Amino acid sequence: MKKRGVGIAAAQYPTGLAGGGDVSQAYVKVNPDGTADLFIGSVDIGQGSKTVLAQMAAEELGIPYEWVRVHNQGTDTSPICFGTFASRVTYATGNAVVEAAREARSILFEVAAPSLQATPEALDAADGKIFVRDDPGRSIGFRDVANMANIFMKKMIVGQGLFARDHSATDPDTGACDPFCTMAWAAQLVEVEVDTDTGQVEVLRMVSAFDVGGAINPMLVEGQIEGGAVMGMGAALMEDLYPHYPTPEGQPTNLNTYIIPTAVDIPKKMESVIVECPSTAGPYGAKGIGEMTANVPAPAIVSAIHDAVGVWIDEIPVTPERLLRALEKADS
Amino acid sequence: MQRTVVGQRKKRYDGLAHVTGETRFVDDVFIPGTLTVKVLRSQVVKGNIRRLDTSAAASLPGVEGIVTHKDVPNNAFGLVPDQPVLAETIRYRGQPIAAVAAHDERAALKAIDQIKVEVDEEEPVFDPQEAMKPGAPKVRPEGNCYMYGEHPCRKVVFGDVEAGFKEADHIIEGEFRTNPVEHAPMETQVSLAVPEGKGRLTIYTVSQSLLFHHGLLTGILKMDKDDLRIAGLAEKALHDWKDDVHVAFRSGTVGGSFGAKNDIHADHVTALLALKTGQPVKWRWTREEETLYSTHRGGWHIRIRDGVKRDGRIVARQVTSIRDAGAYSALNTYVVDKHCFMVSGPYSIPNVYVEGYCVYTNKTPSSSMRGFGVFPATFACEMQMNKIAAQLKIDPWELRLINAYREGDQTPTRRVLDSVYLIETLQACAEKAGVKLPDRLASMTSEKREGAA
Repeated sequence: MKKRGVGIAAAQYPTGLAGGGDVSQAYVKVNPDGTADLFIGSVDIGQGSKTVLAQMAAEELGIPYEWVRVHNQGTDTSPICFGTFASRVTYATGNAVVEAAREARSILFEVAAPSLQATPEALDAADGKIFVRDDPGRSIGFRDVANMANIFMKKMIVGQGLFARDHSATDPDTGACDPFCTMAWAAQLVEVEVDTDTGQVEVLRMVSAFDVGGAINPMLVEGQIEGGAVMGMGAALMEDLYPHYPTPEGQPTNLNTYIIPTAVDIPKKMESVIVECPSTAGPYGAKGIGEMTANVPAPAIVSAIHDAVGVWIDEIPVTPERLLRALEKADS
Repeated sequence: MQRTVVGQRKKRYDGLAHVTGETRFVDDVFIPGTLTVKVLRSQVVKGNIRRLDTSAAASLPGVEGIVTHKDVPNNAFGLVPDQPVLAETIRYRGQPIAAVAAHDERAALKAIDQIKVEVDEEEPVFDPQEAMKPGAPKVRPEGNCYMYGEHPCRKVVFGDVEAGFKEADHIIEGEFRTNPVEHAPMETQVSLAVPEGKGRLTIYTVSQSLLFHHGLLTGILKMDKDDLRIAGLAEKALHDWKDDVHVAFRSGTVGGSFGAKNDIHADHVTALLALKTGQPVKWRWTREEETLYSTHRGGWHIRIRDGVKRDGRIVARQVTSIRDAGAYSALNTYVVDKHCFMVSGPYSIPNVYVEGYCVYTNKTPSSSMRGFGVFPATFACEMQMNKIAAQLKIDPWELRLINAYREGDQTPTRRVLDSVYLIETLQACAEKAGVKLPDRLASMTSEKREGAA
């Protein structure tokens, strides 16, 4: 028999390394043709950090996104970054990028100011133009200024930026410490269909709301939410590295026995709401949600199973075998 | 000022290159004369190596170099420097014992087959709850629980949990387990180490933590025997590199990680073999190695005891959590920290008492994975919330809304919160899902707590 149920879960997730002490740096170089090279030490592990960091550099410089190239060549030539973890890159490296781009821009504003008969402080830049903030008609091409500055004024158009957080020691008796930069929030509703004959659970619908502080790229935020939802679903229903935990017997050795969700398992209805409560010190108010998106689904799914069939299963993954055993136990 | 780029749905910077196969990952880097690496892994779970003979393997055609624990200048690395690159003492099945660099995979595998190893076996322990008991087989000489200061666990103590339980109308208990999970990134561990002359070594790495791993690796390769004690600590080794091997990481784009590449898995072995043979060496893990022997999310066992008022306010929460770290610390001590700091959930609970144990067992070391220790914390906390709601017959939305953090609340670690927005996020989720919240819930805000001035 197929039975449906609904479950919800909420979550918090800290942005930044627990314990602090982490560093991210960035340099920005503006070339004579107005394009910019952004140098970072943060690795893109597929989450899209090159994209959002390039967007931040472009925004601050006032040039199109397509004019920014991103470089993370390695430890000899790149600025320092502790790493891509703790949902920290958008926040930490982002802050460094914003600072670096602003420094580079300020050099260009100095160069452009006399031509625009304004002070550098009165200038702004967007879409490849430098202009007087209160009189945008008075403008000059970003490329022209970059060329003039680099070649004729003999200036290096380079900016540097730094994010660094103090180390916060933990009191071993009370746990007192400052364990994050900012906190992100989430809520999710999941609807499942449970087949009580086979023990199979199908996730029909996932509605997710995540507070990202400020979405640098809403498409990538949705990608994180949906990707994390599917990964969380895998942990809730399918993935079991130790089928006979705690012993290591019968472990899967490959992806034909270690089962992860694929395209056919993705819920037909996935709806994402981006909520924005700006963080006090993140770039454009951003908070990190890269990790937490995978944390919410499991309790929501397992609670939805309870709603459908009336049994609590306190151990994940809820494989068909585990579910059938629980149903059997509840019957007897 | 209107933003023109930030907030826009810009195309992924590297999206087109990824989907057209143009992106060059580490395994796509070809350097002429590169040797292939294979590693001998222990078939035994626990014991001490009595005899290790690589001479027959070394004389095989195509074999250029073999390394064992004797070739590792500083054979202990990690945040807690307790993990050997190549083992002398075996603590889990599959632990690397020796590594071969050969002209091709066939020659390397043949050599692995010819390495003779004899181990005095000892009794292992797999269950962390067994490992915690006095008299349990020792995974490591210092004991099976990592010591946080004087305590065998990370403690978070906030308010007075016993007073909270006295004040409560209901005591509701739960016990939860999350089984180990593998990251399963598309790209397995890969490392290509290229000697550049004058002691310089370039490593093409899949690391997601360049600076951290650079420190660990220079610590492992440190030649100065007097400095063995520093064991992987970054600061000293980084400053001393000029007398030493200089390592430069080259990093392209990583083919998925989810935390699988927060620990060094392959760069130390390729570095040692490149230095020994003077030739470029590449080690690419098989999917089987990735599944069984890379780090993963370790298993958790969590007990929660909550004191709850009739109206659903949680006034006390006591948590005991056990993390199965496997045989070495890797990032587990930090994973437990993060778990303990977050396990009270996004709720303002005035009395909290948490004990989180990082327990060693004779398994592949677990370590970081997306969500760190907060994944099991969220599972246990939110399961518990739904059980409380069911038992007290309170709507699960309402239970969360009345307990949710408000602006200016303090976490159990004494951090004062800002930009608190759980209530609004719950309301947004309910609205999108078509759940109609009653007015008294729909009108709540994170600005202030109802009934408070």
